[in-house]
Amino acid sequence: MTQRISIDPITRLEGHGKIEIFLDDQGNVANTYFQIPELRGFERFVVGRPIEEMALITNRICGVCPEAHNMAASKAADAAYKVNPPRTAKMLRELLYSAFYCTDHTTHFYALGGPDFIMGPDAPVAERNILGVIHKVGLETGGKVIQMRKYGHTVVEMIGGRKIHPCASIPGGMTKGITEEQRKEIEEIGRWTVEFAQFSLKLFNDIVLGNPQYVDLVLGDIYTHHTHYMGLVDENNKINFYDGKVRVVDPNGKEFVKYEPKDYMQHIAEHVEPWTYLKFPYLKNVGWKGFVDGVDSGVYMTTPLSRLNASNGMATPRAQEEYERFYSTLGGKPVHQRLATHWARLIELLYAAERWLELVTDPEISSPNVHAKPTQIPTEGIGIVEAPRGTLTHHYWTDERGIVTKANLIVGTTNNYAPIQMSTHKAATSLIKEGKVTEGLLNMVEMAFRSYDPCFGCATHSLPGQMPLEITIHNSRGELVDLIKQFVD
Amino acid sequence: MTPSSKPFDVAQDKPKFAMYWAASCGGCEIAVLNTHEKILDVDANFEVVFWPVAMDAKYKNVEAMEDSSILITLFNGGIRNDENERLAKLLRQKSKILVSFGSCACEGCIPGLANLSPVGEIVHTAFNTITTDNPNEIYPRTTFDVPEGELHIPKLEPILRPLDQVVDVDYYMPGCPPESHQIAEVIDLLIKVIHGEGELPPKGTVIGVGNSTVCDECPRVRNVKMIKAFRRIQDIAPVDPTLCILEQGVPCNGPATRSGCNARCPQAGAQCIGCYGPAEGVMDYGARLITAFAAVIDATAPEEIDKILDGIPDPTGQVYRFNLAGSLMKAAKPAWVKE
Repeated sequence: MTQRISIDPITRLEGHGKIEIFLDDQGNVANTYFQIPELRGFERFVVGRPIEEMALITNRICGVCPEAHNMAASKAADAAYKVNPPRTAKMLRELLYSAFYCTDHTTHFYALGGPDFIMGPDAPVAERNILGVIHKVGLETGGKVIQMRKYGHTVVEMIGGRKIHPCASIPGGMTKGITEEQRKEIEEIGRWTVEFAQFSLKLFNDIVLGNPQYVDLVLGDIYTHHTHYMGLVDENNKINFYDGKVRVVDPNGKEFVKYEPKDYMQHIAEHVEPWTYLKFPYLKNVGWKGFVDGVDSGVYMTTPLSRLNASNGMATPRAQEEYERFYSTLGGKPVHQRLATHWARLIELLYAAERWLELVTDPEISSPNVHAKPTQIPTEGIGIVEAPRGTLTHHYWTDERGIVTKANLIVGTTNNYAPIQMSTHKAATSLIKEGKVTEGLLNMVEMAFRSYDPCFGCATHSLPGQMPLEITIHNSRGELVDLIKQFVD
Repeated sequence: MTPSSKPFDVAQDKPKFAMYWAASCGGCEIAVLNTHEKILDVDANFEVVFWPVAMDAKYKNVEAMEDSSILITLFNGGIRNDENERLAKLLRQKSKILVSFGSCACEGCIPGLANLSPVGEIVHTAFNTITTDNPNEIYPRTTFDVPEGELHIPKLEPILRPLDQVVDVDYYMPGCPPESHQIAEVIDLLIKVIHGEGELPPKGTVIGVGNSTVCDECPRVRNVKMIKAFRRIQDIAPVDPTLCILEQGVPCNGPATRSGCNARCPQAGAQCIGCYGPAEGVMDYGARLITAFAAVIDATAPEEIDKILDGIPDPTGQVYRFNLAGSLMKAAKPAWVKE
């Protein structure tokens, strides 16, 4: 009897998502489909709007990472006008972006991904969330997490004008600079943040790496895929979130390509399936071979782990030490185990905090020279930043007045859609045998896509960490034969 | 759903609270979470029964609740597809008080700009971008047969609708997103109400806002200066930090936009883009804004006025950026075409 398992809805996706798992006659997994049921149509309705508004309009793609869209759209607008913002403006953008990264990575680790490790993957479900974490690690740590969120948003507002959907970035730079008084405050918060990042890494070290069971889980096969890895790098092939070239390494860690943002079309294509509203990006010059691993498959990943794999290190000293420890502990580059992404995310947190301090102590950061007036006729512009959940590409074509005539957006998590589909499939296939489905499975399935920090549900980054799932099992006549809830009565 | 599974301690007799997102960006949820300690007050005074961002509860749990058993639901996001509509109706049925929360639910917000195009064109555009590999013209299908069975995804509706075009709404709380200090005040009021220390405003009230315009809370100085040309922000940045942005020539939506945000964007050297929606008493946001722009134009000859108005490069987007779906027109004509 064919059975079908519907995981619907996965409520912490942006909008809604569902997973359909089909079982064969033996009750083993025949196939799985990770469906995204939402489309808002930004690529259509940005047409006709002025290019300077892209940084404000595309913010609204995501209220959790509006900063990423704000930055990518601003850079695309700079490119369209061929204007080079003053050094201070670029530093202010990157400083805002670093503060955002610290907040975003923190909330993911403590509220979403971390509970699986801090509490344990098979801990009682009621404890496997942020409150459980706070209970275990102490109120003082919980307070630090809240403080980190507050601090991050404070800096975003100081530089960007607003805590959510910042407004101060325009073609050619920024609408305003920061005062020396603000600079001092941002520096003070930055020093606290570096300590917080180091504290978080120590916590990970003690709780996860100190536990052989967790190490086995991280290194196990269920969550392992051999794909290409992508990330933005600077001229030394070190990670940068705001600017640089896109570097891709193959599953053996060998550089496959390094391209300028303006050349992305030569390297990326998007596959379409009729059962979902989201497309599947892949490496054009490898080709779409389906949802498969390997050097001959165009599937690539863009996450903290992929950025570490695609780079030669971190551009700041403390993060570099952690980078080296990461690879020496896990047996060299590249690391394919998806659960190691949680560790990689904390290394990036430390880098973002250190970068924050570098920028805020630069003598030019509080210069009033924050804008270069665009003088050329706009045509076409491409902007790429590294969003927390992946390489984010904005591409606009304009008429001579700078009115958008066409747009193309390849958004962070979209890059990871194929890997997420694969990870879900592998977890389900590995765990569901002979039709047996348990609550333990549910968290293991959750963990398969939690490591990607999927921004389908941006707001997952913010509060208690259980991806709420419900699995209904129907027989081939559509009758309910079993119902499993994440939290059972 | 057991009490122990919730992120908050729950007492049985507390009034029930819910928050839901439809077609939205998640920024409203973040704005609520950015009230920081206030969330603990919500927990102390309410039983949170449904809030996907913060806790686990499913549609089935909501369906099983008695009608009107939720005291208050904050509903954010517009109604873009049939699943959004189903949840709007379900939560209306289960809630005593339904708050249209944030710009998307109140007036469509940025995603409402999709109402300028027919839905088929929106889908066609998304699946024919320059990087999309789609030679066989494959588009998402609401029902699709795969070898193992049938798959379903929600159906996009012809236009995006604000919540009150789908169900009856008790209160409106605009903003993209609503400012956290405003949310905190509303939470305080609600807590007073449930303890009998305060009263709810009349049905239909816009809450968590000021009763005036952004201009009235903007510290920039207006000199009743007239302009000879509209300018783009990148052409004159940085704007004078003390003077009215509109009077410097940049189309600023402050005059038609409701107060409540403390004029954040103008204070950051950027024009108001109108995310708090129509000011008190404004029936159509775009009409009011055009009037305000006309009032600063320094010309009397029609040709000259036309020329100055041409300096606004995207009139539709300028005056209906957040408000198109909630405006009197709701959508441009092409969007009404039957697919």
